[in-house]
Amino acid sequence: MIRFDTLLETQADWMRQGTSHGDIVVTSRIRLARNLVDHAFPGWGRKQENEATLRVIQSTVESLPQLENAFSRHLNKLTAIQKQALVERHMISREHAARAAGSAAVMNQAQSISIMINEEDHLRMQSIQPGLALRESYRILNEIDTDLEQSLEFAFDKQLGFLTACPTNLGTGLRASAMLHLPALMLSDQVNQVIQAVNKIGLAVRGLYGEGTEALGNLFQVSNQTTLGDRELEIIARLQKVIEQIVNHEKNARQKLLSDNTTTLCDQVGRAFALLRHAHVMPSKEALNLISMLRLGVDLKFFPSEFVVALESLLMEIQPAHLQIRADRKLPTQERDEMRSQIIRDRLKTLPKPNISNALQSLDQGSTHPTEE
Amino acid sequence: MTCDLCDEKASVFLTQIVDGQMQKVNLCETCAQAKGVTDPTGFALADLLLGVGEEDEEKDDLELGGDDTSVSAPSIAAETADLDESTTCQSCGFTHAQFKKAGRLGCSKCYQIFGPGLDSLLKAMHKGTHHIGKVPSRHQAVVEQRDELENLRMQLEDAVTREAFEDAASLRDQILKLEAEMAQLHSEQRMNPPANITS
Repeated sequence: MIRFDTLLETQADWMRQGTSHGDIVVTSRIRLARNLVDHAFPGWGRKQENEATLRVIQSTVESLPQLENAFSRHLNKLTAIQKQALVERHMISREHAARAAGSAAVMNQAQSISIMINEEDHLRMQSIQPGLALRESYRILNEIDTDLEQSLEFAFDKQLGFLTACPTNLGTGLRASAMLHLPALMLSDQVNQVIQAVNKIGLAVRGLYGEGTEALGNLFQVSNQTTLGDRELEIIARLQKVIEQIVNHEKNARQKLLSDNTTTLCDQVGRAFALLRHAHVMPSKEALNLISMLRLGVDLKFFPSEFVVALESLLMEIQPAHLQIRADRKLPTQERDEMRSQIIRDRLKTLPKPNISNALQSLDQGSTHPTEE
Repeated sequence: MTCDLCDEKASVFLTQIVDGQMQKVNLCETCAQAKGVTDPTGFALADLLLGVGEEDEEKDDLELGGDDTSVSAPSIAAETADLDESTTCQSCGFTHAQFKKAGRLGCSKCYQIFGPGLDSLLKAMHKGTHHIGKVPSRHQAVVEQRDELENLRMQLEDAVTREAFEDAASLRDQILKLEAEMAQLHSEQRMNPPANITS
């Protein structure tokens, strides 16, 4: 079993740039909710009952080949900051982080599979992949689900499907979502139109921090809302289609910005680099938005493509809990902002400077589709 | 027409098309404001029906990863038919009043007690009211047998109406045999539960 520090030092698989629309779709995630028969849901179960279900589920989960040598801990064995760091890594939900005895978190070292035991449901399983890879994520998670169901009896009803604590998850118990990076739609004020359109067809759009929050770092999460009355692959196919459309809108917006507002675009990326490279106080929100501009710069070939991976892990390292684990103590906001700026400065020092004019020249001479390979 | 959330007069009428299915909600001015219906971004009827998004208002500092995609929800607004607030799940002791307050159920057996009243809620919340997705393997046989049994019973009824008593007798025997098989399968699963939890 691996240690917490080892887990945090490991670059998660999904931090690579995905092969399918990796320039816009950051990650694809699938979540399945399952419960055991004959036991109260965790929110209603007594301590003893939750501890009993936890024992059975945890040992079964740990015996899965996919979770060999996994990180597996009871939540009362983790500090608040450690749990927060797992939230920052998308490994557990905020609701799960609030739990302690009777709940556990299990994940593989690559952090592509995470299983929350006794969250709102007995099992919340998640598979996460870089780029647009919803089907692949589902394939991976479905195998785990099928394996688990051999030894655990899940609560299932012929009409209602998998039974969940909240009726919103009935049926498939499946939530598919993709994290999209949409800086050009944001810069050209088109993003609200897109969100409205997506909402109208019954899909949910959330900011990075969840419902109703602004989209920090120009990141948006699109997911299905309905789980009952459709097959798993239909839910995924519908979401996939919508995401592909949004990706096209973003690509067009990038082209348009590049041809009509070249100077503004270069200025934005250049300023972002300069600020991150030289600032000594860097609040979280500002950092996210500036890093988003650098990411756009990579997609426009101002930076070499390996840059994305560095940005992705940087984005993780500068989160509040990650900073405090590195410092090994609780840090007030001001100190965090200073420490954050230093980490960013040090990292950017090792990376090449943007080569905006060269990139623009080669764009002029060569392809007219800079964002496409 | 009254508001779906309180009993004030409704003045905001919302219709949303989800995959060709219409969902309707009637609200009073105050509830519409409170639920953010006036802001068309980030609004969906399913969220409203389960009161989603209320708890997200308390955000401390800048924590990444609050992008939990699970729907979290207090306050079930929809009245569920024919159920007394004191209706209790025999299996876990959860009451209907608690369900209305929390929007969550106590255990999987609760669906047998409170499920019949959930239909209108499910219709508004989901694409359909019947699961057509994955069936766990241990239920596959049961589901198939149940379908078969239903089919045989319909044939039996038909045979009786036609006064085809020979057919009826043969159908009755098939039904008895299938029922016995199902009972046996059931008791085997009970005696030999795969994950026997002793708490």
